[in-house]
Amino acid sequence: MKQAYIKGVGNTPFGRLEGRNTLDLMAQAANGALTSAGLVRAEIDGVLCGYATTLPHLMLANLFCERFSLRPQYAHGMAAGGATGAAMLMLARELVQSGRCRNVLVVAGENRLSGQTRDSSIQTLAQVGHADFEVPNGASVPAYYGLMASRYMHEAGITNEDLAEFAVLMRNNARRHPDSHLTQEITVADVLASKPIAEPLRLLDCCPISDGAMALIVSSEPSVGVRVKMVGAGQAHFHQHLTALQDVMNTGAGSAAKLAFQEAGLTTNDIDYLGVYDSFTITLLMLLEEIGFAARGQAAQRVRQGDFSQGGVLPLNTHGGLLSFGHCGVAGGMAHTVEVYRQFTGQAGVRQVKTPTHAYIHADGGVMSSHVSLILSREG
Amino acid sequence: MTTNQSVLTSLAQPYLEGLTEHVLRYQQCTACARVQTLAHDACQFCGAEALVWHTSSGRGHVHAVTVVGRAPSDAFRSLAPYTLVVVTLEEGARLMGHATPGVQIGDAVTATFFKHLDQTLVRFEPLG
Repeated sequence: MKQAYIKGVGNTPFGRLEGRNTLDLMAQAANGALTSAGLVRAEIDGVLCGYATTLPHLMLANLFCERFSLRPQYAHGMAAGGATGAAMLMLARELVQSGRCRNVLVVAGENRLSGQTRDSSIQTLAQVGHADFEVPNGASVPAYYGLMASRYMHEAGITNEDLAEFAVLMRNNARRHPDSHLTQEITVADVLASKPIAEPLRLLDCCPISDGAMALIVSSEPSVGVRVKMVGAGQAHFHQHLTALQDVMNTGAGSAAKLAFQEAGLTTNDIDYLGVYDSFTITLLMLLEEIGFAARGQAAQRVRQGDFSQGGVLPLNTHGGLLSFGHCGVAGGMAHTVEVYRQFTGQAGVRQVKTPTHAYIHADGGVMSSHVSLILSREG
Repeated sequence: MTTNQSVLTSLAQPYLEGLTEHVLRYQQCTACARVQTLAHDACQFCGAEALVWHTSSGRGHVHAVTVVGRAPSDAFRSLAPYTLVVVTLEEGARLMGHATPGVQIGDAVTATFFKHLDQTLVRFEPLG
């Protein structure tokens, strides 16, 4: 079986990018990835595209490839909610390992902020709820996560202050990235004083809606110098709807992670960098605790100790995550992996952490519904 | 509800019809007797396709609670802020509904019904 490497990455800034549509944004990120990987268009033989709510096209990959002048032998769109980016990377790895493709472009982007009204975006997203049992109640994505948060906080003994620590950590990280959406300094008190959205979640517990795009190239040939190898992957899908989430202590995240660790022959103790999905503060806290990067109820304590900071033992989302780098849909969940590549290859500038070796990446879609885990290792 | 949805019968039709009759309905597996949350083609636990609908007492306990400050659409703007809960019915199924402000996890509640626009919705109220 062939090995698969991340060979290059590209991105647009995240934020309000007026006047540019989904394809414009995808093209900019894809151009960046080609340059980063040192590849020309003719060398791309596989293309995976993430869905865009502002461009719900039947065949986004073909649409993009025609415009971007690619003629791959394998291409299609994918949709698994917030886990789409990680799922595309997992599939790209499989395509490379099997020999089907040599260089797979994984790209997603969306003008989710400027391409529609905020109401329209919120309404579209709310439809991940159950059409008969949930949506008719006037539930929204924050409401689903607010309900889940209330239960997890009850069972694990989590406070609003605990959640707020993650919002502050992500903001501090985003302030060191030139492409971040939100960079105004915040404190725990600011998070607690922010507007209630779906209690216990407040405005600063929620990620923003952004415009932006991300692209990565997964290749059978590593980049020159540092090699970023994909060594493990796993998925779990226990439910779609919040109401059907049987146990907040066992959402599927731990199962997906276990598969990835088994494949990589590694454990959580080997990991020295984390890229973990953070649509809401509660998402990040629950994922860290279920996967085992903190004991139950103790993740916030690890933030306070500095463990997850840039200079800590387990740096987390040094780009600022969805909470502050921004969230434009599929690309938002790809930014975590793009940052791992930059950290591994020493391209993270002022955010650079000390020589990470094994990174764990996790993404979830829906309401902890689709889980994808990836493990990347640095060689050379 | 749009015309299309009423023409195309939902798998959850017995539940939806129950709402208009002010009762809560849930599915149960006739093979393993386990109660189902939401509507399924087959048992979530044993996979058997022999599911039947029963009527709940409407009583249960609050499993999770949120207060929605920002309504997702104009249709719910006038209600905000409103309390939403997931309740574990005493028969075992979980169900999302509105609730009396101030209810807490663990509280015993019972289902009441109200009309919002042209839909019948559930509001769980404290028991006793």
